[in-house]
Amino acid sequence: MKNTVCMCGSIVDKVKAICAEFNNDPGELINILHKTQEMLGYLPSEVQEIIAMALDIPAAKVYGVVTFYSFFTMKPKGKYPISVCLGTACYVRGAESVLEEFKDELGIGVGEVTKDGLFSLDCLRCVGACGLAPVVMVGEKVFGRLTAESVRGVLDEFYNKEK
Amino acid sequence: MSHYSSHILVCGGTGCRASKSSEIIDNLRAAVNEAGLPEDVLVIKTGCFGFCEQGPIVKIIPDNTFYVGVKPEDAREIVNEHIIKGRKVERLLYTAPETGQHVSDSKHMNFYKKQVRIALRNCGFIDPENINEYIARNGYAALSKALQMTPDEVIKEVMDSGLRGRGGGGFPTGLKWKITRDVQAEQKYVVCNADEGDPGAFMDRSILEGDPNTVIEAMAINGYCTGASKGLIYIRAEYPLAVERLKIAMAQARELGLLGENIMGTGFSFDIEIRYGAGAFVCGEETALIHSMEGKRGEATVKPPFPSESGYKGYPTNVNNVETYANIPPILLNGAEWFTKIGTAKSKGTKVFALAGKVNNVGLIEVPMGTTLREVIFDIGGGIKDGKKFKAVQTGGPSGGCLTERHLDLPIDYDNLLAAGSMMGSGGMIVMDESDCMVAVSKFYLQFTVEESCGKCAPCRIGNKRMYEILEKITKGDGTMEDLDKLKNLARVVKDTALCGLGQTSPNPVLSTMDNFWDEYVAHVKDKTCPAHQCRDLSHYFIDPTQCKGCTACARVCPVGAISGVVKQPHAIDPLKCIRCGSCMSKCKFNAIIIK
Amino acid sequence: MEKIKLTIDNRQVEVDKGTTLLEAAAGIGIKIPTLCHLNLHDLNYENNPGACRICVVEVAGRRNLAPACKTECTEGMDIKTHSPRVINARQTVMELILSNHPNECLTCAKSGHCELQSIASELGIRKINYAGEMSTFTEDVSLSIIRNMDKCIMCRRCETACNSIQSVGALSATSRGFGAVVGTAFGTNIADTNCTNCGQCVAVCPTGALTEHSNIPELMSAIADPKKTVVVQTAPAVRVALGADFGFGAQSVTGKMVAALRQIGFDYVFDTDFAADLTIMEEGTELLGRLKEHLSGNSEVKIPLMTSCCPGWVGFMEQNFPELLPHLSSAKSPQQMFGAIAKNYFAQKLGIDRRDLVVVSVMPCVAKKFECNRDEFKVDGDPDVNISITTRELAHLIRYTNIDFAGLEDDDFDRPLGESTGASVIFGATGGVIEAAVRTAYELHTGNELTKIDFDELRGFSGVRSATIDFNGVPIKIGIAHGLANARKLVEEVKAGRADYHAIEVMACPGGCIGGGGQPYHKGDMSVIRERMQSIYEEDRNKPLRKSHENPYIHQLYNEFLGTPCSHLSHELLHTHYFDRKKVICPTEEKQ
Repeated sequence: MKNTVCMCGSIVDKVKAICAEFNNDPGELINILHKTQEMLGYLPSEVQEIIAMALDIPAAKVYGVVTFYSFFTMKPKGKYPISVCLGTACYVRGAESVLEEFKDELGIGVGEVTKDGLFSLDCLRCVGACGLAPVVMVGEKVFGRLTAESVRGVLDEFYNKEK
Repeated sequence: MSHYSSHILVCGGTGCRASKSSEIIDNLRAAVNEAGLPEDVLVIKTGCFGFCEQGPIVKIIPDNTFYVGVKPEDAREIVNEHIIKGRKVERLLYTAPETGQHVSDSKHMNFYKKQVRIALRNCGFIDPENINEYIARNGYAALSKALQMTPDEVIKEVMDSGLRGRGGGGFPTGLKWKITRDVQAEQKYVVCNADEGDPGAFMDRSILEGDPNTVIEAMAINGYCTGASKGLIYIRAEYPLAVERLKIAMAQARELGLLGENIMGTGFSFDIEIRYGAGAFVCGEETALIHSMEGKRGEATVKPPFPSESGYKGYPTNVNNVETYANIPPILLNGAEWFTKIGTAKSKGTKVFALAGKVNNVGLIEVPMGTTLREVIFDIGGGIKDGKKFKAVQTGGPSGGCLTERHLDLPIDYDNLLAAGSMMGSGGMIVMDESDCMVAVSKFYLQFTVEESCGKCAPCRIGNKRMYEILEKITKGDGTMEDLDKLKNLARVVKDTALCGLGQTSPNPVLSTMDNFWDEYVAHVKDKTCPAHQCRDLSHYFIDPTQCKGCTACARVCPVGAISGVVKQPHAIDPLKCIRCGSCMSKCKFNAIIIK
Repeated sequence: MEKIKLTIDNRQVEVDKGTTLLEAAAGIGIKIPTLCHLNLHDLNYENNPGACRICVVEVAGRRNLAPACKTECTEGMDIKTHSPRVINARQTVMELILSNHPNECLTCAKSGHCELQSIASELGIRKINYAGEMSTFTEDVSLSIIRNMDKCIMCRRCETACNSIQSVGALSATSRGFGAVVGTAFGTNIADTNCTNCGQCVAVCPTGALTEHSNIPELMSAIADPKKTVVVQTAPAVRVALGADFGFGAQSVTGKMVAALRQIGFDYVFDTDFAADLTIMEEGTELLGRLKEHLSGNSEVKIPLMTSCCPGWVGFMEQNFPELLPHLSSAKSPQQMFGAIAKNYFAQKLGIDRRDLVVVSVMPCVAKKFECNRDEFKVDGDPDVNISITTRELAHLIRYTNIDFAGLEDDDFDRPLGESTGASVIFGATGGVIEAAVRTAYELHTGNELTKIDFDELRGFSGVRSATIDFNGVPIKIGIAHGLANARKLVEEVKAGRADYHAIEVMACPGGCIGGGGQPYHKGDMSVIRERMQSIYEEDRNKPLRKSHENPYIHQLYNEFLGTPCSHLSHELLHTHYFDRKKVICPTEEKQ
């Protein structure tokens, strides 16, 4: 068996500190994962191992929880994470074609990141802005009443920022 | 709200924020300051007004002027014209589609006329980040009243009110409280289920964003009744605004002695913690929710034992959802009898719905139980968008079913919806028109369930996947009549054998569409057509030569070069090349492209 | 006890309050099929997620069907266990399960013992109507276990075994929905996890998803190789379990087993029991030595002494409690002692090179496959024990070599490495090793003969047991645990300094080796394990010699070869050392 977990020392300390903040209580695992993902953007296996050790629970349990909840990811997201709402209201107002357009424009599938690391594409269920359906979130910003034609404009807004 | 002569209320719900309502607030405040009126006019960021379709919304009090579709650059005009000069900004007023007239006061709008707001009573009226505004509207009076009663008296009041769980199941709330109260334990918990996960539903979010204190107050009352000193709010991590407002409200309540040790000096102590969901629909199911709060995979377990007997960490736990809690303070203040006068024989009070889909007025509404679907869709909802024909309304989200024209006059309550093959659910109400394919709709819901199934029990884990696959086969034109039989049997068996509420109800969209739109399934299978022209593989594009002017726009936009023809001559589509993307159709100015 | 009256298939039944429908039905001879449910009461193992939904029954007045395993009987219930609605539901659910299961029964290692196969057959499934996408996982092969998760039906029995019973936690349910499967952390190979190779996951798996890593091919080619002398040793717990596959239940089939092994073609048929007696000599001496030091006030000496026969337990200690490794007896396990003696003493006797001697072990265990591959048990790459097979593999081998097991005449082990005492036989049951050690240590320490050889206080199924044995006025406190979760409790107490044991026996598997991961499947029938235990003690009672130090061939071995217990040569051949395998974080400088 492999018995060393290698990870950047400062991250090790930060992850341990987060666990300690929650008293290393296994009951707080989900809160700990939220906070860790907030810090790192994702939950690589090494980090899950560190959490498992801090909470004194098997790494398999942590992994079982991480893979259960769609909010947690083991892959880093893009600089601008795109979430296309596929809630029913958005669906009946054409969210699928918006999603297809994002896939075509970015050349990636759902759950993937563009090669330049700028964008990642995901789906989510209901932002609660059904009046603006179909809705897409890029980071914290909400774009409403999108059509396939307006997708390029959304992306350009971020490409321009990068220039 | 005393010394100011005017209040400008701006919707700070998620929908309006997405349309820059925060900038509107900033600009309004700046304009008020510029006009030297900061002592006279108060700009308040409120919770959701409900009329999301028309957002962002700005309301002026005292004259109740309701401005819609406001943009940040309109702020100065509102202040200068309305506040200073007393002239309404006509162009920002709501235009009633039925008369074409401006309506200035929201009370006179069809959208609001038939609504009765109990759970949403404060949404859009108060600043959710200021507890004093809640208190000014009788906030925490119910808690104070409850603390002067015995727990059994409070529970009796809730039982007498006939309030049933608003999360979907409709279990009598008072009875649930009583069961938790009757269990002996050293520690008990009160939980608020704010893991609203139905796609297309945002009732709970709006209440938490617009009136977080009502939930806190009701949880404290619940804690007093059941003997719990700890409360937990399980909320979706995707609801950052609601979380933030809850945290503010909790801090303010603690400061005022309304939460924490020795509440109102009565010796009763109760405090609340927030737990985050992490994107799992099944965690709306109470046993799954409890496992998730314990840091585990959110898998459902067989009931009994019910959480009321053995819940969070094995202690008796009373779980209610946000809207249920929001009903508690008014019930205690106005009395059970008041509440029983609203609604139907077995479903009392009101229900909040997130009305969405192909209706003109998308938004959050609250209507008395017993209101008909027709009133909701056509009066409040303003009918179907773009003048299309109503086809179906889906209630109860992935657990509910699709109801049709013949159900329109059905008074909405728990039992009627269930009898009609749907369910109340948490309050999602999606309206569909003639361009929505019912097979595709049930496939949409099934896809959701397949993704959200926890995977624990075999019928849900595999059965829903197989149902989805059959539906996919049908929408691709490869279905057989035998597939329809298989689908029906699978749907029935999954409903009959699945472990938890999610699996037991996941076949409802399939069963109800098969019951109500059987012909549409048969058309997909036998005629290989999609009557709604939604299923791509079953749609065939043609050019009507009598309409085509030969402008070549379609041929230029076609990504696969399937359209050919001579300029100013009718064009034609090669069906073998056509990928049915619909680009030509949206480009054609002469309506010459038709789908069969 | 409050009684409940109900009707099951039109029959009146009266049961205790708290009885499930499954139990109530079983009480009147109605066997409702189950796939996920498994209850070994005496061993505290219960897997009851209510997940497979095969056991559903119709309850009058209830909207949907009820899982019999999770539904308590209530007064006046009216149950139908085979109505058309119930049968259709069961068949459909079974078809669903099979629709995501590779239907390769003919070539599956579990064929004939598969619970999924037999229930599908009982339900009369003739066609799978609901074909669709199937799960695909890469086969994961460790030295001990093969995981073929395409065949996983998410019954969660392995997860319960690995977590609740063993507290190892190498396995957990992962992902969700259709993709949900019991897996390792991050999907790594099981060999690279904290798996102890105990094989309890294999023991409870209803399908072919988890099986032992079979070594029959290597074994058969060794036997076929004329240059090789092939000897076999059989562990104590094998003889009371092997018969299950041939209609003998838990009856001891030692004689027939020896005859079968000879017929298969082994050159010498020996007994691990001989090595168990040897283990007692070494470990007993070690215990007495440490006790003497301890009682004379030496606080440096590591007391309690912990047994080290069980490779699952040793692995568990190395991974979880490296700081307590000095407590483990340095004595090798009987399998490895046998290997060392065979490759050195016996090969020398035969005048052959150790590389031409192939040592095979038949074990109730899959961890032994891992153990015999440990580097410290090899000399210049040549392992002391070359091949270890399980009881199940031996049963298979017997059929494979066309032997009519039931018709075999009893035969006896070869000498010198085939003689054993009753003390060695009881190694197969929890508490047995320490009882055998006590029998010898008592007599060696006190110089008196035991008046009563059976130490009943050390026996039984209770998960953690303790007893104090009077060594002529010196009270010796013994601790016993079986199942690693129980062991963990005991070790935590030792670690915290709360325990005052002098010696501790731990067996990783519930019940000890009789419940080992390599034994014929008990399929949830607790009586199987109970009867194996009875057979073990019966075999002990019937032995003319019942104390290890009375074994004449052990004396001969010391006289001819080793000298005395714990001598220099004994230490070289029969003792070992352990390794810290606890997972550690290794912080790196740069951000990776």
